Amino acid sequence: MIVIWLILILFVGGALAWASEALDSRLPRVTALIAMVFSLILVVMLCLDNSPDPLSPGGQWLILEKWSWIARFDIFMQVGVDGLSLLMLALTVFLGLIATGAAWHEITERPGFFYFNLLWTLAGVVGVFTALDLFLFFFFWEVMLIPMYLIIAIWGHENRAYAAMKFFVFTQVSGLILLVAILCLAYFHFVQFGRFSFDYFELQNVVLEGRFQMLVMLGFFIGFATKLPAFPLHSWLPDAHSQAPTAGSVLLAGVLLKTGAYGLIRFAVPLFPEAAADFAPVAMTIAVIGILYCAKLAFAQTDIKRLIAYTSVSHMGFVLLGVYAWNIYGLQGALMTMLAHGLTSSALFMLAGGLQHRYHTRDMGRMSGLWAKLPLMSAMALFFSIASLGMPGLGNFIGEFLSLLGAFQVNQVATIFAALGLIFASVYSLWVIQRVFHGPYHTPHGGSEPARDLQEPADLSRVELVCYGAMAIGLVWMGMYPQTFLAMAEPTMTFLLESFGEVLP
Amino acid sequence: MLEWIGLLPAFPLAGFLALVLTRGSLPRRIAGLIGVGSIGLSFLLAALVSIEFLGSGLDSHTQPLWTWMSVGTFTPGFSFYLDGLTVVMLLIISGVGFLIHLYSTGFMADDPGFARFFAYMNLFVASMLVLVLADNLVLLYLGWEGVGLCSYLLIGFWYDNPANGYAARKAFVVTRVGDTSMAIGLFLLFQQLGTLNIQEILTLAPQQWSEGQGMAVAAAALLLGGAVGKSAQLPLQTWLPDAMAGPTPISALIHAATMVTAGVYLIARTHILFELAPSVQLLVAFVGLATLLMAGFTALTQRDIKRILAYSTISQIGYMFLALGVGAWSAAIFHLMTHAFFKALLFLAAGTVILSLHHEHDIFRMGDMRRKLPVAFWSFVIGSAALTALPFTSGFYSKDEILLAALAHPQYGMLLWLGGVLGAFMTALYSFRLVFVVFFGRDNYQEHASHDTHHVSSAIREETGIAMALPLLILGVLSLFGGLIHVPVDAVFAHAGAHEETHPSQLIHTVMILVPIFGVMISYLLYGSRPYEKAGQHLRTQILNSPLGRFLNRFWFSGWGMDALYNFVFVKPFLALAQFNRRDVIDQFYTALAELARISNRALVLTQTGYLRWYAISLVGGLVLVIGIGVWA
Repeated sequence: MIVIWLILILFVGGALAWASEALDSRLPRVTALIAMVFSLILVVMLCLDNSPDPLSPGGQWLILEKWSWIARFDIFMQVGVDGLSLLMLALTVFLGLIATGAAWHEITERPGFFYFNLLWTLAGVVGVFTALDLFLFFFFWEVMLIPMYLIIAIWGHENRAYAAMKFFVFTQVSGLILLVAILCLAYFHFVQFGRFSFDYFELQNVVLEGRFQMLVMLGFFIGFATKLPAFPLHSWLPDAHSQAPTAGSVLLAGVLLKTGAYGLIRFAVPLFPEAAADFAPVAMTIAVIGILYCAKLAFAQTDIKRLIAYTSVSHMGFVLLGVYAWNIYGLQGALMTMLAHGLTSSALFMLAGGLQHRYHTRDMGRMSGLWAKLPLMSAMALFFSIASLGMPGLGNFIGEFLSLLGAFQVNQVATIFAALGLIFASVYSLWVIQRVFHGPYHTPHGGSEPARDLQEPADLSRVELVCYGAMAIGLVWMGMYPQTFLAMAEPTMTFLLESFGEVLP
Repeated sequence: MLEWIGLLPAFPLAGFLALVLTRGSLPRRIAGLIGVGSIGLSFLLAALVSIEFLGSGLDSHTQPLWTWMSVGTFTPGFSFYLDGLTVVMLLIISGVGFLIHLYSTGFMADDPGFARFFAYMNLFVASMLVLVLADNLVLLYLGWEGVGLCSYLLIGFWYDNPANGYAARKAFVVTRVGDTSMAIGLFLLFQQLGTLNIQEILTLAPQQWSEGQGMAVAAAALLLGGAVGKSAQLPLQTWLPDAMAGPTPISALIHAATMVTAGVYLIARTHILFELAPSVQLLVAFVGLATLLMAGFTALTQRDIKRILAYSTISQIGYMFLALGVGAWSAAIFHLMTHAFFKALLFLAAGTVILSLHHEHDIFRMGDMRRKLPVAFWSFVIGSAALTALPFTSGFYSKDEILLAALAHPQYGMLLWLGGVLGAFMTALYSFRLVFVVFFGRDNYQEHASHDTHHVSSAIREETGIAMALPLLILGVLSLFGGLIHVPVDAVFAHAGAHEETHPSQLIHTVMILVPIFGVMISYLLYGSRPYEKAGQHLRTQILNSPLGRFLNRFWFSGWGMDALYNFVFVKPFLALAQFNRRDVIDQFYTALAELARISNRALVLTQTGYLRWYAISLVGGLVLVIGIGVWA
């Protein structure tokens, strides 16, 4: 029941937040905060009591529940939580709190409807991470899309309509392809077993011919790779990020991208192990191209949010690489990259949003030497940039190192090229620090004094400080003692590997 | 005591955290006390640990702290490993580190970023200690990247000048090229041997690989890539001269005494891998030789006091690589130690000169400083004597060992030895050129920036508080007598097979003693002698004005054109590519797709005319077309 509670809290909290705006414009954010805190408590309870469900196949499921929903097509409300889901849920509610913090002072226009969308997006994400019925999964996949579209379209920046539409079209088209693939699978279950099924465990028994299996697998892959995003399906991301409000960017980079990676690990490979094995070299090549190409693009950007968006794509390449290495190192590496990137990219987008809020520009060419004026913010930017370039001792290093270690067992050439990404990461990360925070100070208007009508921008507020501090602690934890997270995911990962074989003979 | 080695990096780490979390709000005295005191505690503990360890007769001691990660069979831990080699490194890092921290309280006294400086310094020492204590290569890599980060932060310490930021980024990115090679080496080692624990690797590698086997060669070569990056050897040496943009104590600690020798440590630590790959080991020797000569010639043409010392550092690490390449492991570590003493001394003395002369770096704008800056002068004399390897200084003993080991190399002994001796000659030439130009001759110092009248009268006053003088004194003593220390690394390299005792002729010894002295004399004639000043200057101008001389001077001055080459081959194309595809062709493809849809939309809109006859005609036309197709098909 706890999963249903979690989703309900978010749905109902969202509705309440919208309704409460009528009473006071500050109520929605408080409502949202309360809902987020409750869901965090639920997830923490789940983390503490992680005894496996006795009925679970393979023994890695902590929760498995099933209610009838649309009986005519054998569609069930089937949810399950294992270590992988639980870590993703923890990331989701944690970043949900952070996003609430990011929106706290920034969103003043129609806050009720904003927090409604924020919470409903999160509810969709929670559903995606727990649904084990593919129809239900697709339902939540769509639930998280539309509120996100509204967040970009209503509270976005100057070019928001274009960005929101682009985001919508990309995810919708790829979602349709995913739906067709799901329906194919359900239909073949009907052909082979005499009834429809959307059940994750039952669908694993469907046997598909080689060519056809590849085709259906590609449907899943395209659906998830667009969300990840993988090269060459990435081009919606820079626009969506640069236009979204800060909280939107936090959710997008921190959580929504991870649903793509989760889908690959949970569905795209286990449902089609043979096709996935054949496809692995292609996927790894795509990953390497994405890592290098987007790192290079990131370096060329002048819009700080676009830059961070491209680095996201580059980092997600390590996830793709790790997943398709399909050994314990690669999978755990992909997982750690997902978690760590969730925190670093969220923090970096918050910093970019903070800069835009203070200086009304995202153009790095118009900023310089901010360390002198905003020492706290600059120190935070330095910390998260360092984390993002893969400094050992912080979470991202563990993820990237394990991904590469796993990929090297399978594909040495791809790994060597991917490792070059580490060099590029240092080039663009340090460039941001130089461009924005180092050098002589001047304001966006060119002078060394702020324009008369402009107040001297203040350093981090207390809310911001708490958010950054929490994320920084998380990254140090992941970097110094990743065992907490690795151990949680271990049963799931070993089960996946044992059941669906290693890609390599 | 041995079980406490986990505290060695913990003290400076705590210092770092204390200084960072208080964000410069502490009074300078307290901040300085934390910064220096934490290193002092580390040094005390290191000394106690070393005494106990060396007294115990143990070969090694392993101290596991916690399991870092456990994935499949990959279980690197936060575990520290102590043996003779570690002890030497610990004492150098914490000892020299402590002296340099102490010196910095004087040097940085007026800097607004005082607390930030000590925070970064403490973090550096913590990382460096982890690097040498690590019992597995992943943990070593943590220290390795950590020192690189601190190096970046400290080179760019004065961040408001973009040139410093450029130097800092250059250092980080160039060394990261090497680091990436090393990371790939780690993946390879794990794939082949199933472990990254250093001692296990050293046991397993000879069992699984025969000498000269491809995998052994690849692994050693990839680790060498990391080593040349960190230790600023060819072809990744270009970052170190620029790294002098940082405050001078940084140059002493990071870019002379400790971090840049990490590559030497790495190769010595994994020496069995290099013995399994003789071709790579020979490559190490030749990299060392080429670097020491290249940097020696370059140092001769530089004008900036710190760049001279930087090239000298590159050159001396070249000697260490030479020693590693010929299998003289303990000689390399011995030179690492003596070099840490005299190069730290030279840098700190240079810092005193620079601070006293209000940040003047050009040696030809100094001159005749020996009476005005007596402490710096004597430090420079002692340091340069040790650097030049004049008899009975510390550098003499270590360089002697290296050159004799090079001579004993079965194939290329004579070549390596001759190169090393030529390098020693160059060392003498450039180091005493520095001494003579700065401390003798005519006073060329002019205060440029200051218009303050009372400043002019007291323009040159040597900046030496006790905090700055004491480290110079101790390092001076160590530079003179450090050669008598015996580095306790015999047990570490015992299985390397005892080198046959070679008994080189008396002539060899005489040459090795005389060449540096000869170099000093030439240097004196060219730069130092009052009586022959005119003649020396004449000779110099003649050399510089000859076509060859002019070319060589410019070529050497630019560091053999390596910067320009890399700029042309890597940086420019990358920038051009980035600029060319700034807007992402993939995105333009999708934009074009959307545009196509819009155009076809407009085209189809035109068909919506609203005239009934138009619709009727198109209806009939379509019908005819369909029937026609049906008939023909």
